[in-house]
Amino acid sequence: MNHSDRIRRMNSAVMTGLTALCTLLAVGALLIILSYIAWQGIGSLSFQFLTDSPRPVGEGGGIGNAILGSLVLLLLSSVIGLPLGICVGVYLSEVGRGRVGNVVRFIVDTLTGIPSIVTGVFVYAVLVLPMRHFSAFAGGVALALIMVPIVARTTEEMLKLVPHSLREGALALGAPQWRVTLGVVIPAAAPGIATGAMLAIARVSGETAPLLFTAFGSRFFPTSLNEPIASLTVQIYNYAISPYDEWHAQAWAATLVLMTLVLGINIMVRFLTRKKF
Amino acid sequence: MPVQTEPPKIEVGSRRGSAPASGTSSSTKVAVRDLNFFYGRVQALHNISIEIPERIVMAFIGPSGCGKSTFLRTLNRMNDVIPGTRVAGQVLIDDQDIYAPGADVVELRRRVGMVFQKSNPFPKSIFDNVAYGLRINRVTSSGSELAGRVEEALKDAALWNEVKDRLKTSALSLSGGQQQRLCIARALAIRPEVLLMDEPASALDPIATSKIEELIFDLKKQYTIVIVTHNMQQAARVSDTTAFFLLGKLIEVNATEKMFTAPNEKLTEDYITGRFG
Repeated sequence: MNHSDRIRRMNSAVMTGLTALCTLLAVGALLIILSYIAWQGIGSLSFQFLTDSPRPVGEGGGIGNAILGSLVLLLLSSVIGLPLGICVGVYLSEVGRGRVGNVVRFIVDTLTGIPSIVTGVFVYAVLVLPMRHFSAFAGGVALALIMVPIVARTTEEMLKLVPHSLREGALALGAPQWRVTLGVVIPAAAPGIATGAMLAIARVSGETAPLLFTAFGSRFFPTSLNEPIASLTVQIYNYAISPYDEWHAQAWAATLVLMTLVLGINIMVRFLTRKKF
Repeated sequence: MPVQTEPPKIEVGSRRGSAPASGTSSSTKVAVRDLNFFYGRVQALHNISIEIPERIVMAFIGPSGCGKSTFLRTLNRMNDVIPGTRVAGQVLIDDQDIYAPGADVVELRRRVGMVFQKSNPFPKSIFDNVAYGLRINRVTSSGSELAGRVEEALKDAALWNEVKDRLKTSALSLSGGQQQRLCIARALAIRPEVLLMDEPASALDPIATSKIEELIFDLKKQYTIVIVTHNMQQAARVSDTTAFFLLGKLIEVNATEKMFTAPNEKLTEDYITGRFG
């Protein structure tokens, strides 16, 4: 083995080691966060904690209303945001080529970068003020606005990955463009689109800021979409900044629940979008 | 040293029945007059005029980039989907100009089927692939008739025996040669009048290729077939008439037998004897 060969091998070994170290650091940090949350949170978990609504300090209570509230908000924002985002993505990939498409794409990219609290303030201005009260509906809209650009761009990318030959194949059979898009292109990209949707849901399920001035939070179980609603994130925020140790412990437990919820969403969508063909 | 004063012997018509139909066909199916085609500012086809008789196999040969695929794709307006392209001239199918204003592209593509160079089955089941065109064109609403048409198309494409027990499995589980025959079945299912094939066997091994060639020979009883091929032996084996393209111009159209033994044009002879291209 000559000199330059030895140097090359050494370089290779050092670089491989470096990438492994970086991976270890990143994954390690994540594992530490997860295990710390689990360690801190698991002590306060109980059936009552998961089902009860909050009570004054010293009387226990739980986060049942916040879990339900978060699920309602996620459902609401998905119902509004996913179809909208997917439609924008389809437009960008299949219809809006050229200048208009580029402008839309630029706007969507800009929207992705808007801090979520700005979205919250915006919804506060256009929905909460005219309605004169906070509501689950306003919270859902705020989260949906955050989802739209994420879903739009992932949908676009996934649709662009569908080979052009598939579109030509369908067109050559006498299919009009809308049927090609709906019947061939979107199904071929469905697992990818679902993954994008899942990422968007996971992303907004951790949002706190846009909910502060829209869904606001509540200490009771929700009865209507037209009233303030609790959410895990806002509940965690409120408990974490409180001066009470009991509420701190409950905030940890709620964090653990939130994390499990996000994990659950991920696993569920993975399961639903298993490759059938 | 006499370098190829005679063209090499290419076996012609080995698969043909006792009565070759070459050049004797009656009515003209496709008539092209002074066709010019542009990709943006680049002119890809120059003043092409050609007549394709009914129920024959016509082969297009020529070096890469000579415009044979582009020309093939003008016959079912497949180039329409490429932005920035322009067509001038007439393409008449059964005496109707397919580029006339108001001509129905969807109807055209139903009548002029196409098989692509790279097989492009949809990520659906084998059955759904073949049924796609039938469903799109609302050929039939009865399930049993649909199944009948699918079976017939698969039989015509010589694929039925290999897939009849697994019609519900993914088309992507088939081998390359089977996928290409599936694409042929898919095109045949809607009973087109003309079948365009763009190097249908170029990605296949010799066994799969010979199956496709046998198929083409059988199909010519019912269909007018235009096949683009790089492989001159293939053109000689399957076609009745051959057209030679060079640099976007149609150099010669002749009975295949004549083309490969005593072509009229010097350029054709140079090409088929391997002096260039």
